[in-house]
Amino acid sequence: METKGMRDAFGAALVEIGKSNDKLMVLDADVSSSTRSGLFGKAYPDRFFNVGVAEANMVDIAAGMATCGYRPVVSAFAIFLALKATDQIRNVVCYNNLNVIIAGGYSGLSDSFDGASHQSITDLAIMRAFPNMTVLVPAHADDVTSALEQALNINGPVYIRMCRNPSPVLNKKPLMIGKAEILAEGKNVTIGACGITIPMVLEAAGLLAEKGIAADVLDLGSLKPLDIDAILTSAKKTGCFLTVEEHSIHGGLGSAVSEVLVKSNPVPMDFVGIDDCFTESGPYVDLLDKYGISVTAIVAKAEALVGKTSQ
Amino acid sequence: MKTHTNKQLQALAQQFRIDVIETLHSKGTGHWGGSSSVAEILTYLYFKQMNIRPEQPDWSDRDRLILSKGHASPMLYRILEEKGYLKKGTLSSFRDLNSSLQGHPCMNKTSGVEMSTGALGHGLSVGLGMSLMAARNEHPFKTFVIVGEGCLNEGQSWEAIMAAGKFAPKDLVLLVDYNKVQLDGHSKDIMPLDPLVDKFKAFNWNVANQSFNGHDIDEIEKSFKWLNTQISGPSVIIYDTTKGKGVDFTEDTHIWHGSPVGDEHLKKALPQLKTVLSKWEDE
Repeated sequence: METKGMRDAFGAALVEIGKSNDKLMVLDADVSSSTRSGLFGKAYPDRFFNVGVAEANMVDIAAGMATCGYRPVVSAFAIFLALKATDQIRNVVCYNNLNVIIAGGYSGLSDSFDGASHQSITDLAIMRAFPNMTVLVPAHADDVTSALEQALNINGPVYIRMCRNPSPVLNKKPLMIGKAEILAEGKNVTIGACGITIPMVLEAAGLLAEKGIAADVLDLGSLKPLDIDAILTSAKKTGCFLTVEEHSIHGGLGSAVSEVLVKSNPVPMDFVGIDDCFTESGPYVDLLDKYGISVTAIVAKAEALVGKTSQ
Repeated sequence: MKTHTNKQLQALAQQFRIDVIETLHSKGTGHWGGSSSVAEILTYLYFKQMNIRPEQPDWSDRDRLILSKGHASPMLYRILEEKGYLKKGTLSSFRDLNSSLQGHPCMNKTSGVEMSTGALGHGLSVGLGMSLMAARNEHPFKTFVIVGEGCLNEGQSWEAIMAAGKFAPKDLVLLVDYNKVQLDGHSKDIMPLDPLVDKFKAFNWNVANQSFNGHDIDEIEKSFKWLNTQISGPSVIIYDTTKGKGVDFTEDTHIWHGSPVGDEHLKKALPQLKTVLSKWEDE
């Protein structure tokens, strides 16, 4: 299976877009070789600002640039943007609805060996809580390019969440702001997912099919705005909903879908994600597995949901 | 721009103080201490220094001012009103529901406000971003950022001071309204900042070896003469000021950071403020 790094796509897309968009400014907080924003710095040194290890300062500098008609992209590790620059993102970027793109690399558990201090499992909860913020969770590298292009063409702040490790290249449409993509159709259970869990969900759907369970699979990478129609239509068809994400089950995709369903069409739900605990160091795949983000866990929870619905 | 003498500016600033304390009294809310402290600095900037077009608030070459100590919003609003950004009388809606004048400045609700502030420590970082983009323009503008002790307590301010030392935008000017009192008490007890001049020097800023009297327009003018001798930036001017300036029982005390102005307070304050105003008007 072909794999490709989201961060590599990010760096390449910045360089490409920078050719024609001279309003594009890129800022990084001393991790530009890791996030690949350094590629832009090499290509356009006069439009690249390495502010050192100072994420909060970086976000507000970008905000100042945005007020002058420029299009800044701030790049750093997702956890440090979401937590060290929360006040700046909330009180300056979102409050003023400024055109700042916040590119969070090394998201979820993907900075696996560095441990809990570097693993970002609450960023989606934080980012989607801010008014004006668009939140995008690419499923694979090609989504990063489309997310970035769209983010640069809308008004207001956008958070783009990216995995560190290469992930499978999927046969799917580009991520679209506000639109879900139906990746598989089935009548027994809906599985809504985002980010690097999408390939797992597709594999799980295949295993479920062998057991006679047909899953509707939705890519909900546009976490905010969420495609409410797609969620409601699918939930009406299947009668139950499983969410899958590389994030805490509190405040992320599962919570967002619950908020939609509970108002219009409450159905039995379950959640695959990190269950309110701090994670640890280790190989990425093993970590995901330990914290319940795996094909096996998706199959088990989907089966149980279908069983509950059919009783 | 109508030109004012320095004495006229002194009188204007004092009139603004009177208008602000009356407004805070009528609304029962707002920050008198920090508003009074910054009156002359803001007046000098808006009436003698800044290149702005109130009739065209989005003019791209305009000088920017960020009031990072956003709790002094009433003084900024009063001046924006006087300059024509706001309709006369707008100040009377300060902090009302549905008003354009929020408790702390909001750039999307109030014409002339360049950045929403209130949460302390943001202003200098934002100003640095603006000044870096000004340097890319054919007609660069100046970016002025006003901070108080509270802002300089925030670690982010020092991140910005460090970063400005690196990027060195020449048209970034930090103005410190150094009244030495913050919400909980005197700064020397809460979080001492001295030696402030040495700190800025250590971060590679242009800083004069002296502070300037921030309530004396002649001294403020002198500080700008010093500023104009600096050929590359960033620059900082430290103004000695008094919190609650102009009213004996509000001066140099943290109690008047944000206390409501009651009837008795106003009754005692107005004669003092008006006496000084008469002095400036007579000269």
